[in-house]
Amino acid sequence: MSPSSPLSSPLHLAVALDGTGWHPASWREPVARPRELFTAAYWADLVAEAEHGLLDFVTIEDGLGPQSSRFLDPDERTDQVRGRLDAVLIASRIAPLTRHIGLVPTAVVTHTEPFHLSKAIATLDYVSTGRAGLRVQITARPDEAAHFGRRTVPRIEAYDSPEAQDLVTDLFDEAADYVEAVRRLWDSWEDDAEIRDAATGRFIDRYKLHYIDFEGRHFSVKGPSITPRPPQGQPLVTALGHQTVPYRLIARQADVGYTTPHDTGQARAVVAEIRAEQEAAGRADELLHVFGDLVVFLDDDPAEAAARRDRLDALAGEPYRSDARVFTGTPAQLADLLGEFQEAGLTGFRLRPAVLGHDLPAITRGLVPELQRRGAFRTAYESDTLRGLLGLARPANRYAAASA
Amino acid sequence: MSKPLKQIHLAAHFPGVNNTTVWSDPEAGSHIEFSSFAHFARTAERAKFDFLFLAEGLRLREQGGKIYDLDVVGRPDTFTILAALAAVTEHLGLTGTINSTFNEPYEVARQFASLDHLSGGRSAWNVVTSWDAFTGENFRRGGFLPQEERYSRAKEFLATAQELFDSWQGDEILADQASGAFLRDAKAGSFAHSGRHFDIHGRFNVPRSPQGRPVIFQAGDSEEGREFAASSADAIFSRYATLKEGRAFYTDVKNRLAKYGRRHDQLLILPAASFALADTDAEAEELARTVRRRQVSGATALKHLEFVWNRDLSSYDPDGPLPDVDPLVSEEHISRGRAQVRMYRDPLATAREWRELAEANKWSIRDLVIHTGNRQNFVGSPETIARTINEYVQADASDGFILVPHITPTGLDAFADKVVPLLQEQGVFRTEYQGPTLRHQLGLAHPDDLPGEQRAAS
Repeated sequence: MSPSSPLSSPLHLAVALDGTGWHPASWREPVARPRELFTAAYWADLVAEAEHGLLDFVTIEDGLGPQSSRFLDPDERTDQVRGRLDAVLIASRIAPLTRHIGLVPTAVVTHTEPFHLSKAIATLDYVSTGRAGLRVQITARPDEAAHFGRRTVPRIEAYDSPEAQDLVTDLFDEAADYVEAVRRLWDSWEDDAEIRDAATGRFIDRYKLHYIDFEGRHFSVKGPSITPRPPQGQPLVTALGHQTVPYRLIARQADVGYTTPHDTGQARAVVAEIRAEQEAAGRADELLHVFGDLVVFLDDDPAEAAARRDRLDALAGEPYRSDARVFTGTPAQLADLLGEFQEAGLTGFRLRPAVLGHDLPAITRGLVPELQRRGAFRTAYESDTLRGLLGLARPANRYAAASA
Repeated sequence: MSKPLKQIHLAAHFPGVNNTTVWSDPEAGSHIEFSSFAHFARTAERAKFDFLFLAEGLRLREQGGKIYDLDVVGRPDTFTILAALAAVTEHLGLTGTINSTFNEPYEVARQFASLDHLSGGRSAWNVVTSWDAFTGENFRRGGFLPQEERYSRAKEFLATAQELFDSWQGDEILADQASGAFLRDAKAGSFAHSGRHFDIHGRFNVPRSPQGRPVIFQAGDSEEGREFAASSADAIFSRYATLKEGRAFYTDVKNRLAKYGRRHDQLLILPAASFALADTDAEAEELARTVRRRQVSGATALKHLEFVWNRDLSSYDPDGPLPDVDPLVSEEHISRGRAQVRMYRDPLATAREWRELAEANKWSIRDLVIHTGNRQNFVGSPETIARTINEYVQADASDGFILVPHITPTGLDAFADKVVPLLQEQGVFRTEYQGPTLRHQLGLAHPDDLPGEQRAAS
């Protein structure tokens, strides 16, 4: 047995579900089931596998336009998976079939309504009895703006130009407003607002319902929600960030931030930056998870994993590149790496399986037992709610606190 | 030989925010927990109902500037709850009311197409309109839509959504692992719509769903609403559940179909109906009276009168006579967010009529509201209710009913166990589902099987 670094405290583990996997040629693998992508059974099986591995939660990718090999434009490729179902509806369809695992669909906040999304995630929390979360995502794609026709998004050439920075900052400011409105709507009913007081004939205590009166630069929302406060009070809010602007959104509004450090030095720097932003936002005493995202090719033999990556790259016609570090190796090697990242300050990981049909079971049946052996991962679900799994308390209602 | 018996369509309305659920009944459970929805949906499926129906309301109702607190309040998100219900049912259709005013076609089309995939072809969309600035305060656009624009936007919204549904033919996905061709056509999902309300183009990212398009319901009752339904809907959710009004509505709407090249059986008319079911007719009559009295408390009666009087009547005694002051006729309504407000178009005449009724019958305010308000459409033993429902359908007062029980979530159980078997014995209601999709249950063609011009028109 090779020496492995002992892990000091348990870590949290999520998987990111997207199509047949994160490698664009993943659908070509025999295990991929590409013809079933648009069926409930396909997603039910994936989430059941993740739950079998006692993972904290799954995220489900989404977008308001077709997938593309180009960052800001659609492409015309026919050799990759195109088309997908609404992630919130997939999560909800799976919720009654699972019992413990968290369900975190992606929602694009750039062209959608905070009022609708707030009640959708609250409802996901009801149908999963406390396992709902949300991954907020912006879109700077002009073609997706054209799907709505309400505003235009200027086409940017590269993310590091000053115009791009202005646009992205603006979209993230809007996202922060959006999350604020969503969170206020979740609190707009106090937990005990439904009184069913037969003596006075009142079903609710109207003084326990609150107008949120959100006024932002892009929209205003009156409230209250039409949906009562969900079981978790506040479902989990998560976001992915690669730089300061999204880190600020994570620090101000999220419960979990996904980051993409490629080594422990970067991990330390990212965590330090987010913690500083968190302090600046006045949330220093709140638990905010900083997860690392990794694309994984997992096999029992490291050469096999590398060969699989090469084979898929050959099918795709180009080497696979990602914003996140791409790991190729064995579950034990991955456990070592996660331990190092954890020492650098990350509190959990969102793994992006290169091929879902292969690498998801490799996570649940290979990595998880390895982590358990090291005392670094749960051996049974210890909570009925997603917040509970992540050690997050059920938040007090902001309006109840104000009126108390 | 006499005309063959029409087959009855039955559906179940899970009552959301409403004034008819007797929430104080010891039998009444949660109206928001998923277990309630699951119980209700499973009962409807056990009874072989066509579909489950959800209404909508995007802002909490107010009266006198305060949130209205006497009725059931609070409901889930339509798409999300229907997707979850798809997991606990196999055949039941899933009909959601979605507003064309506070949504955008691309997003709604994605959600319905997704729901249709995730339910194996059981989704239906009840298209409603709004012009209500009050509700608009919850949305980005705000409540700016002029009333006369609402059907114009609704029609274009629906047509645009149909373009999106049709942007995939259904044979584009090859997923050929050997050759590496996932899509047959690089432009699958391409669309471009330019109209008065929507100017959008690009690529729709949900492939064609099992039903091609969700089944389309329409609920409005105005002249424009009826035309809209005759031109574009598969079914109408109406409120005429009496024999006389039902037949008039039925005849009127079915006669409008021909000019759109459509047959009578391409548009189903399904009124909402409530019922009081007991072992005997006498017990059912007693139950109906009890339910009515519990639905209309003294406080509720006063609030109901305020819809017409448009004044604060809280100082009146609900067990006393009607107010002798006249209704306040104004553009400003004491009540906001309620459909009932629009029912009383001439408040002065309504008040006069009600005073006369109350005096003639010696009715208090509460008595009046109980007697003039909505009563149960079907009251009686299982035999009586089964017979009456069948009579209504055979007499073309409707093609069936969307039942609204007064207890959540168990209010459908007795109907499923006692009335449905009688209808099945008479051969007017299915004993098995007709196929996997809601179109199968409703006897509607798949859009791809319609003649070309109808496909384009609908």
